[in-house]
Amino acid sequence: MRRVVITGAGTVNALARDLPGTLAAMAEGRSGIGPLDLPDVERLSIRIGAQVTGWEPEALFDRTKLSLYDRFTQFALVAAGEAMAQAGLAAVPGDPVRWGCVMGTAGGGNGTVNDAFRAVFAEGKNRVHPFTVPRLMNNAAASHLTMAWGLMGPAFSVATACASSNHAIGLAFQMIRAGMADGMLAGGSESMLNFGGLKAWEGLRVMSPEGCHPFSLGRTGMVQGEGAAVFVLEEYEAARARGAEILAEIRGFAMTSDAGDIVMPSVEGATRAMRGALADAGIAPAEVGYINAHGTGTAANDRTEAAAIRTVFGDAPPPVSSTKAAHGHCIGATGAVELLACLLALRDGVLAPTLGFQAPDPDCPLDVVPNVARTAEVSVAMSNAFAFGGLNAVLVLSRA
Amino acid sequence: MRPDVQDQIISIIAREAVLEPAEVRPEMTLEELGLDSLGLVEMIFAIEETFGVSVPFNANEPTQTDFDVSSVGAIVRAVERLIAGPAAAVA
Repeated sequence: MRRVVITGAGTVNALARDLPGTLAAMAEGRSGIGPLDLPDVERLSIRIGAQVTGWEPEALFDRTKLSLYDRFTQFALVAAGEAMAQAGLAAVPGDPVRWGCVMGTAGGGNGTVNDAFRAVFAEGKNRVHPFTVPRLMNNAAASHLTMAWGLMGPAFSVATACASSNHAIGLAFQMIRAGMADGMLAGGSESMLNFGGLKAWEGLRVMSPEGCHPFSLGRTGMVQGEGAAVFVLEEYEAARARGAEILAEIRGFAMTSDAGDIVMPSVEGATRAMRGALADAGIAPAEVGYINAHGTGTAANDRTEAAAIRTVFGDAPPPVSSTKAAHGHCIGATGAVELLACLLALRDGVLAPTLGFQAPDPDCPLDVVPNVARTAEVSVAMSNAFAFGGLNAVLVLSRA
Repeated sequence: MRPDVQDQIISIIAREAVLEPAEVRPEMTLEELGLDSLGLVEMIFAIEETFGVSVPFNANEPTQTDFDVSSVGAIVRAVERLIAGPAAAVA
């Protein structure tokens, strides 16, 4: 079977607008969570988040194109540009029909929906922006990436809530491995930090009003973020032949469904996903040196995920961290942003910490790298994503 | 305990638990009613909409809030306190 490697990575998130800044923030244990700045925030009961601040799209995009770009598309385009530059590619190498794109997102153009509903419902207007549909559609970011980079092979978006990015990257990996494509842009993008988007989340009563404390005793829920991360995936021999720098190899991927509950996670479903990804990679649990957890900071996820990790890895699991207290829960983009922490572990030997950790929770018996980064030799890393809807997706990477 | 408030809350709880209101007794717990976490969140939403109050409740720490959901009777008393407002709580 063909091998698949990552040759480029790019990101926009609350920590930084690029990869080096994001990795530095993770290593330094900085958090991007703060007071939200958005219209009608005073009518929200949850007023914190990991927001990309000072974003000025007019400075980044041509005005005629910008009217077609929702914020989630803007994030994706900037992240993809950085990833392609890092891969040393001004254009896709070889036949563009053999290159494609899979992007995860849960809300798609959620900000565009919010703006259009505000116009017709709150402001009493009878028309919305003419490009409302092409801006809001879930596949908008994936489609704009194909146009920006001339990707003429398989391209689509994946919507599996908080697992969208891992599903997207996993599918792109499988396509290259199977010979359907030679290269793919893959990742995720999300921007739901607007009044309507947050109102919907408030209703579920799982959001923390004060902070994100994954795996910690006394944790009070999730804190939402926004952003994107995009990776250049290539077939290994072709990447080597063109002299690309290989950031990591994607070794295994598995996806499972709990078939249980629409919001409550399952130990069994998460366990099967982690075991499946290891089996796909042909890697034993003992070889894994770091797990980037889903670790949302909700009571239910963290307890369930800890139990699943102990089931798979036994009494001495590898260090596990959740970086969501740094970049927030980026929902459909979160797996992609979190894969950056796996690159940090594999390439730089730095385990990004679990910020906001206050005290050990007996229900989460894990080494969560609390609050301060740690150095470690890591040759294999795992990234977990367990979504609402009971849809699980786990990636296993190794050092190049 | 104002009977109208209690009756309305029992009606809301009965609807969420798929029971007849007559089957819901004040000493019953959410578990006895068969209400899961989603049912609880929907019940709280219905209470907020019915009484025009805002219920302080975070599903991550259901026992840490001022809103006692340990039994039907506790929920009724908690809603009555919310309806009466902070002044009543002091008095």
